[in-house]
Amino acid sequence: MLEALIWIIRRDLTIAMRRRADIFTTLIFFVIVVSLFPLGIGPELDTLRLIAPGVVWVGALLASMLALEQIFSADHRDGTLEQMLLTPQPVSLLVVGKVLAHWLVTGLPLVVMAPLLGLQYDLSWPGLQALVLSLLLGTPALSLIGAIGAALTLGLRSGGVLLALLVLPLYIPVLIFGAGAVEATVSGLGGQSHLAMLAAILVGSLVLAPVATAAALRVAED
Amino acid sequence: MTEQPALEVDKLCCVRGDRELFRDLSFGVDRGEVLHLKGHNGSGKTTLLRALAGLLLPEDGAIRWRGESIRSLREDYARHLLYLGHLNAIKGDLSAVENLRISAILDGFEITEDRAWSILGEIGLSGHEDLPTKHLSQGQKRRVALARLLANQATVWILDEPFTALDVAAVQMLQDVIQRHVAGGGIAIITTHQEVAMLGDQTRTVVLGRHHA
Repeated sequence: MLEALIWIIRRDLTIAMRRRADIFTTLIFFVIVVSLFPLGIGPELDTLRLIAPGVVWVGALLASMLALEQIFSADHRDGTLEQMLLTPQPVSLLVVGKVLAHWLVTGLPLVVMAPLLGLQYDLSWPGLQALVLSLLLGTPALSLIGAIGAALTLGLRSGGVLLALLVLPLYIPVLIFGAGAVEATVSGLGGQSHLAMLAAILVGSLVLAPVATAAALRVAED
Repeated sequence: MTEQPALEVDKLCCVRGDRELFRDLSFGVDRGEVLHLKGHNGSGKTTLLRALAGLLLPEDGAIRWRGESIRSLREDYARHLLYLGHLNAIKGDLSAVENLRISAILDGFEITEDRAWSILGEIGLSGHEDLPTKHLSQGQKRRVALARLLANQATVWILDEPFTALDVAAVQMLQDVIQRHVAGGGIAIITTHQEVAMLGDQTRTVVLGRHHA
């Protein structure tokens, strides 16, 4: 069973490596969105420092939402998804594998890029640390929660917009605690409690989201 | 009462959109038999196959594997099943060998790289084993998909138009493979518009859409 999980991750990573352009679109989108704010607001460091956590987090959230559609759509089109529903493996396990591979390809680069963008906003060193840590806990949760929406909107014609409407409200708690962790750290209050909440959200979504996603996939293939 | 068949369809009714495709459809297939589904376009052949595979929830009626509903068996039924639909279910960015090995793992068993190479040679893809499958022709892609039949140990094969895009030699080979599978106690459920008299005497035929024609 674990073998299937490892193989599905390997499969998706191999495919992603063979079409690298898809990886960079998400990352570049993130960089551009976050870089637009200083251009629009002006280069006052006090203002920038104030908005930094929120802006970087909203950027990461939008970028990860943008990438969601890719999780299942290619597999849906070429028929491999229906084969996954017909294997003796638990579908939710395969979903975990697919989401994990998807996060490694689209989420992890955001986490790595975030400190650089944080520097643009003159975030302090503890602030940068909190930013990376909060994204490290938060973006996998975003991928897991988003996978439910991606599965529900599979095969719909205006799926992209609908997906955003479905998923963005569910992202709010992650955004609040993610940006909150950075703010609290910068202001000296300590972000531990926010990070703990993020970790709790991650664990909760790891347990519940794959089951819901698997059910939604069955409906989508019906 | 006679002994119940391995795979049994009981008063099945399927609806697509608002249209009822068939109602009160009952038949059984036993080990060592081929079930040939016939019917004009749109008569519900693919829908029936998808229902038999458990991908689609029928409106009414039951499908039973060894006396138990496939809805409740789910993964235990999937273990015995190989479904090949219209779509080849292969990834264009992966090679034939990679595709075959991954579908085997998902089907619950592992095949070595050497075994995958020999199966692909057997099915007539020598020299194309490690090319990304997006560079192959339609018929060759179909062969990659059909290679699963040679690797798999499933009992029930559900094949939706397996002969499309294949050349004469490949059609002959596929018929041999199906015959061998059935002779070994397997079940094959297929739809095809080609004449398949050569599938053997153990062929049952179910015709769909007679009432609406």
